[in-house]
Amino acid sequence: MSAQAKETPAAEQEQENLLSVNNIEVIYDHVILVLKGVSLEVPKGKIVALLGANGAGKTTTLKAVSNLLGAERGDVTKGNIIYKGEQIEKLSPSDLVMRGVIQVMEGRHCFEHLTVEENLLTGAYTRRDGAKGIRDSLDLVYHYFPRLRERRTSQAGYTSGGEQQMTAIGRALMANPEMILLDEPSMGLAPQLVEEIFEIVHRLNEKEGVSFLLAEQNAIVGLRYADYGYILENGRVVMDGDGETLRNNEDVKEFYLGLDSGGRRSFRDVKHYRRRKRWLS
Amino acid sequence: MLFLAETVISGLMAGVMYALVALGFVLIFKASGIFNFAQGVMCLFAALALFDFISPGGFMDRWFGFYLPIWLGVIATMGVMIILAWMIERFVLRFLVNQDAIILFMATIGLAYFLEGAGDIMFGSDVKPLDIGIPQGAVDFLLDDYGLYIEKLEIVAAVTATVLVIVLAIFFQKTRVGRALRAVADDHQAALSVGISLHSIWVVVWSVAGIVALVAGIMWGSKSGVQFSLSLIALKALPVLILGGFTSVPGAIIGGLIIGVGEKLAEVYVGPFVGGAIENWFAYVLALVFLVFRPQGLFGEKIIERV
Repeated sequence: MSAQAKETPAAEQEQENLLSVNNIEVIYDHVILVLKGVSLEVPKGKIVALLGANGAGKTTTLKAVSNLLGAERGDVTKGNIIYKGEQIEKLSPSDLVMRGVIQVMEGRHCFEHLTVEENLLTGAYTRRDGAKGIRDSLDLVYHYFPRLRERRTSQAGYTSGGEQQMTAIGRALMANPEMILLDEPSMGLAPQLVEEIFEIVHRLNEKEGVSFLLAEQNAIVGLRYADYGYILENGRVVMDGDGETLRNNEDVKEFYLGLDSGGRRSFRDVKHYRRRKRWLS
Repeated sequence: MLFLAETVISGLMAGVMYALVALGFVLIFKASGIFNFAQGVMCLFAALALFDFISPGGFMDRWFGFYLPIWLGVIATMGVMIILAWMIERFVLRFLVNQDAIILFMATIGLAYFLEGAGDIMFGSDVKPLDIGIPQGAVDFLLDDYGLYIEKLEIVAAVTATVLVIVLAIFFQKTRVGRALRAVADDHQAALSVGISLHSIWVVVWSVAGIVALVAGIMWGSKSGVQFSLSLIALKALPVLILGGFTSVPGAIIGGLIIGVGEKLAEVYVGPFVGGAIENWFAYVLALVFLVFRPQGLFGEKIIERV
């Protein structure tokens, strides 16, 4: 399989890409330029990570793909987004969910007053394949997240952060997606839980063939599980490469992994300017 | 004792009528966070439309030379309310997605005036006695055997309200669309992200609210005739909502009953000491007390906050 892939010409490899984002520019509220030409590709069945600091444009990129930008007065003004050979930047989020692209938003966003199981069922809202298929998906979700089965009748607002993240991912799975846009799954979770969630993402990717585009600040974990990574800074892709390469890159090590040639570095040694006390203002 | 019982019962019945109006508010507020000022006018509009569908000399009669039997008229009016809901979504709400609640509220005030004017032009502004065959007068055996005076209409209203609440509860708890409605109420963004289309959900919510408005309009119209003051009962629904909580369907019912009974009791037992007319302001004072001590109402959703 891999040997074959090497021989295929570029044109055919294009088809292997589930999603390609071509040089998109995103403007919020007609004035705030957030993405200044971002291009990336997600091959079928792979995990691709978007890394970068706060405000680099990771979330905006994901929302441009899932078209949740509209609700925030954002707009893709240049470039295009192609999913399975179809241009999708004009499609509504529900059209996209029906085509197999679903986003898990940053900060979990569970429906707090619904139970965990009801939360999961809302994920199947767009499905038309009947109760049997939905039942099967529910079992699948419970298979991957056994903890959700225990908590199925509790209100999502009262479950722990980890359980909410699992609910959010499970809810997305209920739509039977081919591709999940996963935004900051590690946010506010204990390192052990982060590991657990990424492990499940990895298994979903391998066993169910779901492709992932994930935005992550935690570059260490992100790069460990990703097949390919893009690093965003100020709305631009500044570097890309497969997970292994990025992890070994000196700059990435220093800027994002907190490592340099001398091993792990303490924050105390990082140069910074102390803010002068201001008595006025 | 008998007098007390009669006061309480007539209070309960009046409360049911308030609750019917309040219900429409709750539905829309729950699903979209909009306080729909036009709900009262929607009751009026529905009642007017129904009247003109089923009466000789009405709109249908003048234009097409025939009028509909009552049951068909009710169905046709439901259709009108659904079309109205669609138009409201298409021409008003769609352009106001993600605006502040206050802006949407202002839009509904505009809508209220528009509907009132449209109703006036289309149906005329005279008082119309709406009669759809709900029996009038007192319930005989209660009056004869116990000396209790209870209107048949009020019994019908109570039964209708009960049925309506049960149907709505099932719709919200058990159906796919009901679940989606609650999801939208919880988190617009997340609902969008799982592929729930806000546009269609809003049409559904406003349609349901429109049908509830029709039921309230029928009851009020049968009680006191279809007239433009009907749109003002929306004001009475406000304290009901504050009492029951803006987001709770049972809250709307219980709030309505408390206001209805409280009002009547206050009028009868406290009224004489302050010169009467308590009924007119009692509800608002009660609402004020609630706003101070329990702003989310009796059954309002507590905001779940994680720390």
